[in-house]
Amino acid sequence: MWNRIRTLFKARNKEFYRDKSALGWNFLFPFLIILGFNFMFSQDGQNLYKVGVLPPIHGESAVIEKEYQLFLQSKYIEFVEFDSELEALDKLNHHRIDFLVKPGSSKYWVSSSSPKGYIVERLLKAGGENSQSGFIRQSVEGREIPYVEWLFPGILGMNMMFSSLFGVGYVVVRYRKNGVLKRLSVTPVKPYEFLTAQVISRMFLLLATTAIVYTGCALLYNFECRGSYVDLIIIFAVGGFSMVALGLLIAARSSSEEFAGGILNLIAWPMMFLSEVWFSLEGAEPWVQQLSKVFPLTHLIDGARKIMNDGTSLFEIRYQVISLIIMSGIFLVAGSYFFKWQKD
Amino acid sequence: MFMIGPLFVKNSLIVKDIVGKLIAMQPILAVRDLVKLYPGVRAVDGVSFAIDPGMCFGLLGPNGAGKTTTIEVIEGISPKTSGEVLYKGKPREARFREEVGIQLQTTELPQFLTVRESLEMFRNLYHRKADLDELIGACRLEEILDRDNRQISGGQKQRLLLAMALANDPELLFLDEPTTGLDPQARRYLWEIVTQIKSKNKTIVLTTHYMEEAQFLCDIVAIMDNGKIIAMGSPDELLKEHLQGAAIILPHDLPEKSLQNVPCKWFKVGDRIEIQTERVNDCMQILIAQGVDLTGMTVRSQNLEDLFLKLTGKEIRS
Repeated sequence: MWNRIRTLFKARNKEFYRDKSALGWNFLFPFLIILGFNFMFSQDGQNLYKVGVLPPIHGESAVIEKEYQLFLQSKYIEFVEFDSELEALDKLNHHRIDFLVKPGSSKYWVSSSSPKGYIVERLLKAGGENSQSGFIRQSVEGREIPYVEWLFPGILGMNMMFSSLFGVGYVVVRYRKNGVLKRLSVTPVKPYEFLTAQVISRMFLLLATTAIVYTGCALLYNFECRGSYVDLIIIFAVGGFSMVALGLLIAARSSSEEFAGGILNLIAWPMMFLSEVWFSLEGAEPWVQQLSKVFPLTHLIDGARKIMNDGTSLFEIRYQVISLIIMSGIFLVAGSYFFKWQKD
Repeated sequence: MFMIGPLFVKNSLIVKDIVGKLIAMQPILAVRDLVKLYPGVRAVDGVSFAIDPGMCFGLLGPNGAGKTTTIEVIEGISPKTSGEVLYKGKPREARFREEVGIQLQTTELPQFLTVRESLEMFRNLYHRKADLDELIGACRLEEILDRDNRQISGGQKQRLLLAMALANDPELLFLDEPTTGLDPQARRYLWEIVTQIKSKNKTIVLTTHYMEEAQFLCDIVAIMDNGKIIAMGSPDELLKEHLQGAAIILPHDLPEKSLQNVPCKWFKVGDRIEIQTERVNDCMQILIAQGVDLTGMTVRSQNLEDLFLKLTGKEIRS
């Protein structure tokens, strides 16, 4: 049995590293993510709002001038200068900018359908009242978690998810479509041996890619993992395994790459949005929070964040680990059960 | 006492011989009343045959006759609707997969592997392995061993697929239309290889719609049409039993009335006429008397294709 698994594992790996386009993409993609990070967390990249500024007219009242100057000092706003009012209004209409102001004229423009415009408007108006606020500012105590360190486990998890689902799902469907699976079916190879070889091969690739992204980002942004690296590898391995198993389940029967692609997207996109990759689900509807628990990515990211951000031990995230193991088992058993060597 | 020893020895030898013959007589593969139904189609309709070890058994028939379905049910790729498939006298078990070699009609090779790697991969899937060098030599793959699978010709691909089917040194080899799509030279080349495999006492089950292929390679031929075996025997026996004459081929169509008095069966095959007759001279005289243009006419001995035409009234390559 192990001899057959090893044979299929080796063949799959050779196929992978000789397929220059797939190899290139799998290693290029992590570096693109790192570059994306670099941009996102550079000063410009962190800007949340874009405000158009028209040429100033002199003769503003002192109060408005003070308000405007305070507004200009706001962080995370990019000010874009325009010469033409017409052009700037067109950009505002098309949500290319969130807000438009004409210094000296006391006028500003905002789209009533733009949430970002609403926030910028509040910021502008709050400028003059800043010193009169009744609230007293307090800083977060203890060790602060930079946003990049909160976001990073989510990005790694998302990368693993796409690589697992599409990397395994598409390959199996292609094998079925071109008859390679049918040829293997008349050898002593059993479905679980074939599936195990695919899982191990993809896991090997997933962990290598994740290690490269992690090292690259850690060097660039100088962040640290507060927990144990061994624990981190374990949660990534278990999480990756469950998503590879999910990919195999999706590819268990189909011989149409288009159909499989549709199903993979149908699962991948909600999983990405509901697994707190980009934003927290804190305050979301309870059913949304419950639904998110169905996805392995949720448990992977949650576990990885706890290890990386809080230094949590593996024992303390046992709920996530056990959930991922149970999901992997269900996906693998169902995948083997529904698996078909050949197309209908 | 003097006689007992030699008698005992003699009797035991006789018993051993009988047992040996009985074992030897047991077919390596037996199929009984095999039926395979698809919605609205009876693809295999009560097929039965038995193959002795060392034989080359051919399933001959046009596309859609049920050859591939029959062979795939026997191989275990498709489930049977009813009937029985016995390998060495027993229902197929796990060892069936270990002991048989299969070349499918259509399959892709593993991508990004060389010919040698593909062969090694398939060898490693079995407990019993053919000697790699012998395999390479037998299937004449020496010159393309380090070539990527995607860069080999159709004939080379078929030879590699054949070598993959032989990777476990099988006792029973299934070849499903191994030469379809090959040019005549590549086809002949593959026939030579199969002939060599036969000489090593392997049992071969071959499907083909090429009459020459069945006649050249097979010891026993079963002719299939509409899911049924309509004739079975050695090519020579079949021809002797059903056909004694010759085939006259006229390379153009004729009005039916010019053939009314011809003392034999005749068939329209495409844009030509084939006349099957035991009385060639009489036939020719009548044709001449009818004023039929005999330009381009051929007279040849009858073959399996003529037999199929006689049995079904249609061409084998339809």
